[in-house]
Amino acid sequence: MALLDIKNLNVTFDTNDGQVHAVNGIDMSLERGETLGIVGESGSGKSQLAFSIMGLLARNGRATGSVKFDGQEILNAPLKTLNDVRAEHIAMIFQDPMTSLNPYMRVSDQMAEVLTLHHGLSKSAAVAESVRMLDAVRIPDARGRARLYPHEFSGGMRQRVMIAMALLCKPDVLIADEPTTALDVTVQAQIMKLLDDLQTEFGMAMILITHDLGVVAGSCERVMVMYGGRVMEKSPTDPVFADPTHPYTQGLLAAIPRVDQKGDKLSAIPGSPPNMSRPPAGCPFAPRCDYVMEVCQTTMPPLETFAPGRERACFAGIDTVRAGPKHHEDLPMEAAADDTGGMDIGDPEMNMLDALTDRPTTEEMADDNR
Amino acid sequence: MTTAKPLLEVQDLRVTFDIRREGDLPWTKPRLLHAVGGVNFTLNPGETLGVVGESGSGKSTLARALIGLAPASGTARWQDGTNLIGLSPRKMLKYRSDIQMVFQDPLASLNPRMTVGQIIAEPLVTHHPGLSRETVKTRVKEMMERVGLLPNQINRYPHEFSGGQCQRIGIARALIVEPKLVICDEPVSALDVSIQAQVINLLADLQRDLGLALIFIAHDLSVVKHISDRVLVMYLGKVMEVAEAESLYTTPQHPYTQALLSAVPVPDPEMERSKTIIPLAGELPSPMAPPSGCVFRTRCPRAQPVCAETVPALMGEPGHLTACHFPGPFTADEIARAQVVEAA
Repeated sequence: MALLDIKNLNVTFDTNDGQVHAVNGIDMSLERGETLGIVGESGSGKSQLAFSIMGLLARNGRATGSVKFDGQEILNAPLKTLNDVRAEHIAMIFQDPMTSLNPYMRVSDQMAEVLTLHHGLSKSAAVAESVRMLDAVRIPDARGRARLYPHEFSGGMRQRVMIAMALLCKPDVLIADEPTTALDVTVQAQIMKLLDDLQTEFGMAMILITHDLGVVAGSCERVMVMYGGRVMEKSPTDPVFADPTHPYTQGLLAAIPRVDQKGDKLSAIPGSPPNMSRPPAGCPFAPRCDYVMEVCQTTMPPLETFAPGRERACFAGIDTVRAGPKHHEDLPMEAAADDTGGMDIGDPEMNMLDALTDRPTTEEMADDNR
Repeated sequence: MTTAKPLLEVQDLRVTFDIRREGDLPWTKPRLLHAVGGVNFTLNPGETLGVVGESGSGKSTLARALIGLAPASGTARWQDGTNLIGLSPRKMLKYRSDIQMVFQDPLASLNPRMTVGQIIAEPLVTHHPGLSRETVKTRVKEMMERVGLLPNQINRYPHEFSGGQCQRIGIARALIVEPKLVICDEPVSALDVSIQAQVINLLADLQRDLGLALIFIAHDLSVVKHISDRVLVMYLGKVMEVAEAESLYTTPQHPYTQALLSAVPVPDPEMERSKTIIPLAGELPSPMAPPSGCVFRTRCPRAQPVCAETVPALMGEPGHLTACHFPGPFTADEIARAQVVEAA
């Protein structure tokens, strides 16, 4: 049995603009000790997927479906069950280490709180354990540093503190939501290496959520590519890079400038991501897809297994996608795809020009200041 | 590369901030933060100079100093011989239409209460007050089309646009006065990968068509490589290495550049598994008290006593300058030793 088993997970938010469908019918599973990368752009629903697993959705959010941890249903479970799971089994680290730590508490205090609360340790025992964990995440002079406040740490060190805190209860699953996005590349390399080492050391499974395919290539065994709240492709890591079979994955890989290759013109994906308060009826990627067909506009292609461990959701044949896209130089880029509901007022130019001529020029302003 | 007169010649550019603590008395010795500590470079017309460095390296401050948004000393000589540093706002106005800037946060750099048309037209109206309304309108619409916006969106407000489109508005605003130099400060780092590629292509196309010079500041080394003719690597306010892009990325000489390049993740699992990352010991020193000699020496696997004593000059072959006493590629032995230090 998979450690984490997610079936038909949907997440919706009630907003002033109507219902936003952030996650739509996701199935996924995670085995003990494995690393799964979830890749997607902003708005693809990857973070909300993680939040719903942890029971951390915002108040206007609602999740349906099933999330089973080790056979036990945890989606919309009572707080007590959730707290047990969060205490013992699943931990999460977030993108911005500064805003996720309490600025008013010493690092040792906020770390010890976890242990006194969940494990009933005494304060001194909890602090000692915290220091040990800070040591494990390679923070030099852990004992001395534990007494400091979060703002006294650099970005990379803060992320280490976050990781140490998440590992205090020896979780079975660590969910890392863009753990290195706010960090410099050299620090990113250190943190990714640390996560790798710790994963072996503690035997955890990890879900790594990121938008950076380079990070995925370096540390994940399996990849799930998301777009518009849906899974586009699931695959072991190596083949997805060597042989992307979904048009979105293919486009994404072609759009990244690479440090190890001579740069030609990047092949950008035209258009912009869908507005999730009005999700497209069919495949969310259809408006930007090179291989789009009529059926894509109305029906979401099902996720189908086409090779061992590999699944894709696309109506276009694998060989069509492998053959590469037609040239789309002439397609309009992002601007034309905008239909976010701007107001067109009667005579637009008129009030624009009036406003222009009413404004003093910089020269006049400079004179006024003299 | 042409032998024509450089567009901009920067010499010994320094930006120093006076940090006062609360409760400091008027005669307390000021504490100085050296954000940019003596930068030299030249920029030719039509050329793209990439500036890379990690956060705190002073790359954004450098850009801000060039357009007079940060207090600087030194010289930044424009084509016509004028030193732009320390120019009065009134005199600077003449050059502002030649040097424009595109900022990092696309939405925050646009006034939410102005329409797209007003935003794009503002520099034009400021610098050419004599233009008729009709001309302004036509030019704005032309420019919108040029950057891939629909001209009929002229009356919309910034919040109605996505991040990528807002960055296009920012680019249109910069280009409408036909500048010779556009300084782009992390123009794509807030954008998604698929949108990022659109904006990079747009900038590259516009540059080629309009003969612009670009100073392209970014922390993403892959993006900088893609767009730049030459690349300048900064660390703690100093230039570590400056070279033709190809040369810098294939044969980096400075230990810092090599470490930086080795840390960039590549979307290729096989390569990721086989590559060696050169670890850097410790953390970025405080710019309030930069190390003596070479600023990188505290983290350099190759540091020797001399590095603490003398500041290495920027030298080497023309087209590839390095500020290091011991330049050259790392040997396998050195990397192994650095990794041992890191593990300890």
